[in-house]
Amino acid sequence: MLFGYNLSPILAQSVLGMVNGAFYALLSLGLAIIFGLLNIINFAHGALYMLGAVVSYLLLHFLGIGYWPALVLAPLIVGAFGVLLERTMINRLYKLDHLYGLLLTFGVALILEGIVRNSIGSSGVTYSVPEALRGATRLGFMIMPTYRLWVVVASFVICITTWLILEKTPIGATLRAATENAALVQSFGVNVPRLITLTYGAGVGLAGLAGVMAAPVYSVNPNMGSDVIIVVFAVVVIGGMGSILGSILTGFGLGLLEGLTKSIYPEASGVVVFVLMIVVLLTRPAGLFGKAA
Amino acid sequence: MEISRRSLLNTVATGAAVSALPLRRARAQAKPVIKIGVLNDQSGPYRDTGGTTSVVCTKQAVAEFASQMSGYTVEVITADHQNKPDVGAAIARQWYDQEGVDMIIDVPNSGVALAVAGVAKDKNKVHINSGAATSDLTGAQCNANIVHWTYDTWMLAQSTGGATVKAGGDSWYFITADYAFGHKLESDTTDLIKAAKGSVKGSSSYPFPGTTDFSSFLLQAQSSGAKVLGLANAGGDTINSIKQAKEFGLTMDIAALLMFITDVNALGLDVAGGLHLTESFYWDLNDKTRAFTKRILPQSPDNYPNMDHAGCYAGSLHFMKTINKMGVAAPKASGRDIVTAMKAIPTEDDCFGKGSIREDGRGMFNSYLFQVKKPAESKGKWDYYKLVQTSEPAQAWRPLNAGGCPLVKA
Amino acid sequence: MFSLGFTRPQLIALAVMVAVIAIAPMAVYPVFMMKIMCFALFACAFNLLIGYVGLLSFGHAAYFGMGCYLSAYAAKHWGFPAEICVLLGGIVAAAMGAVFGAIAIKRQGIYFSMITLALAQFTYFLCTQMAFTGGEDGIQNVPRPFLLGFLSLSNDMAIYWMVAVVFLVGFLAIFRIIHSPFGQVLKAIRENEPRAISLGYRVDDYKLLAFVLSTFIAGAAGGMKSLVFGIASLSDVTWQASGQIVLTNLLGGMGTVFGPVVGAVIINTLEFYLSPFGSWVTITQGLIFVACVMVFRRGVIGELGARFKVAL
Repeated sequence: MLFGYNLSPILAQSVLGMVNGAFYALLSLGLAIIFGLLNIINFAHGALYMLGAVVSYLLLHFLGIGYWPALVLAPLIVGAFGVLLERTMINRLYKLDHLYGLLLTFGVALILEGIVRNSIGSSGVTYSVPEALRGATRLGFMIMPTYRLWVVVASFVICITTWLILEKTPIGATLRAATENAALVQSFGVNVPRLITLTYGAGVGLAGLAGVMAAPVYSVNPNMGSDVIIVVFAVVVIGGMGSILGSILTGFGLGLLEGLTKSIYPEASGVVVFVLMIVVLLTRPAGLFGKAA
Repeated sequence: MEISRRSLLNTVATGAAVSALPLRRARAQAKPVIKIGVLNDQSGPYRDTGGTTSVVCTKQAVAEFASQMSGYTVEVITADHQNKPDVGAAIARQWYDQEGVDMIIDVPNSGVALAVAGVAKDKNKVHINSGAATSDLTGAQCNANIVHWTYDTWMLAQSTGGATVKAGGDSWYFITADYAFGHKLESDTTDLIKAAKGSVKGSSSYPFPGTTDFSSFLLQAQSSGAKVLGLANAGGDTINSIKQAKEFGLTMDIAALLMFITDVNALGLDVAGGLHLTESFYWDLNDKTRAFTKRILPQSPDNYPNMDHAGCYAGSLHFMKTINKMGVAAPKASGRDIVTAMKAIPTEDDCFGKGSIREDGRGMFNSYLFQVKKPAESKGKWDYYKLVQTSEPAQAWRPLNAGGCPLVKA
Repeated sequence: MFSLGFTRPQLIALAVMVAVIAIAPMAVYPVFMMKIMCFALFACAFNLLIGYVGLLSFGHAAYFGMGCYLSAYAAKHWGFPAEICVLLGGIVAAAMGAVFGAIAIKRQGIYFSMITLALAQFTYFLCTQMAFTGGEDGIQNVPRPFLLGFLSLSNDMAIYWMVAVVFLVGFLAIFRIIHSPFGQVLKAIRENEPRAISLGYRVDDYKLLAFVLSTFIAGAAGGMKSLVFGIASLSDVTWQASGQIVLTNLLGGMGTVFGPVVGAVIINTLEFYLSPFGSWVTITQGLIFVACVMVFRRGVIGELGARFKVAL
């Protein structure tokens, strides 16, 4: 109890919010990496996240491949699809206005969503929680399904690992250098086009991974991408476009903020992100963690 | 020269677009055709409670009645309204205007149903509703062109809600689908709880369709301290709410105010066993319902008919019987006259037995309170219900003068 | 001048368009034609920004949808005549446009788009919460109001002529705006904003005025739509609806006079034929997006115009 308020509902909502935050962070991380290097606003990111969930469902349904292998396979499949997309289409747009990349990937998102909706219907299919993570954990102030706790922890570890790779390893250094000045890096003998392709593949692979993790929580449905993509955009913009750490922190932070909103004014939980975005863009145009242009 | 080529080009471009437009149809057929349109959710959260099984049941009614049709044939067309009122209203308008549809049936989703009912009135055609719940269809928003066949929120509140209150559930928290249906179900149930001196501790309404995660609402319900969690939702949403309530170890009693046998099947008896629910039809109720189900199953093997499906069958049958009496020109001339005649003729079919349609458009049939069997009690496929209580029409439905339907003369 | 600044090919195209509008209802379902005209006018309003000022508003459905709601509400609850309902839809949308536009134009490029998107999502939220919109149910069973207070519009052909007139007036108004000195400044901003500033133009004022004009027309288009269909609902305020109007322009040809109209015809026709077959509408729209970006970025009319060296 604090000031006469019972704190545990607020705590409980915040913990739940972190589950959403975990997905925001994973998704916005990939989006930020792609934007940083490719300068492409990847509208298909949400659809690729949905694709990750669908692939894991298909693996289970048709090949009997369970959650744990899917956690590796589905991101690889989605990543491979991303590589194909980059090689065949996106790489022709680098010289054009941002607008065209956005419109192209928007189109790709619509196609994927339509195909999935035609095949599994708009309310989707369920994907059960893996055996090892069933049941619930008592946190004192609430009972939390173990799987959801796993999502928060796993996502956090993945985000931090990715960030460390980008910040502390030679590969990361090359990548960051290419972001700053691709021509210069190319002159050092780095195959920049291949680097770009692989980066796109890795970025959407992260989206695929988020999709697999989301499948048992939200069930697999064709709208899961379009429901989340706009929010994730906002997260990237708030964090500072292209800022890796910014997108991770903002992702988790937003989850927390939504959770808090849910315990005070539940109806507004979906809109709080946009209010935040407007405020941030008007006061800090480059985002919370972005470098001023 | 140059200019005329350009203008030609323009003409061709525009002309090509125009010739591709939906043209008005000219038809010349020997026998007059009566058209029935099944409008429902075929891909969303209500696809199993309505969906293709509704279409199957409507077509079954047509096939069974074919030999008795006096000088006409019946055609059935279908569409998916995607749970959007604007989509539903636009399809209804186009069906009545363009496709020669005489009667639209099913239309689950109260928001869409109210919109379609308005179009039916506007165009003076017939709408028989089986899938939607809101008691406003025969209350404040009733009109002379519609029949509400199968069930409504008042009857659900009375039966399932009443049983829950009687069992000691006197404080409630609602999780409500945020549209006409959810709110009406919540308010009809609240009236009943208040009348029984119970209390409502709060409610959360969530965006429909599109919500799959109910966890934060469940937490709010838990922390409200209420004894009963009232689910004012349906179909896939109800399934998800109950599953997640289990995941989060919710300790409240659950009152699933609207649940169909299709939902029980999706949940499984180990989760749904013990719940109370209300339907006006159950496939295993008597010899006639079993015979009906036997005729439907070959065409819908994975989905047993529920009350919504049965209502599509029975409603279509009654509509065709009325046309036999009124003549085939009548539905084209005035849907209102058809509905008036439908109210004058008693109903009888394999699903609902003998019944009638009241002045306000309310179908008057028995309603049944069931308890879902535990896994051990179930003897076979889809053997899910134990009959707890049967309500005669006079008790089952809202009294005629209490709905505020303008058609009812005081 | 009589030609209003139209070139000869444009005059011919205009004549064809008027002729089609006049003749079509004899052969085509009038409600369908009206839907096309509403969306065509909306697309033209959007084109005023994207095509002539270079501003990508990714939340234009907010204004169209608000127009829908206001006009439906005025018709249903206040019993206003049709022209006032439509006008009211436009005015409220323009008022919103003035406020939102003033916020959004403080930022350029993709940030402008993001702010318009955020504000549109905020509007969507308001629409789900405010009582007057009817939430998920929308404002239903809106009676068709009388034109000028005494002409019944309940017959589809009666309201058809009203929609046709409003569409043509809106279309011509946009054309005049583009070809006025004001429009020339807008194009200068699109081509080179710093240069326009250095020439002494108060760029922000021009942008804002263009934004308000565009939202006014979008709102009026929405106002007509809800009178035609008798319903205003959340579908028209979603970001997907905003996306669709971008597609309409991209397909028809951004920055061309007739492009948005052609785009609206194609998109709505596709929707009409494909909607009975599940999500093929979505898939086809996606394919069109991809094809437009990869193969013909100028859109149908843009490509035709380039091919035959005329500005349409």
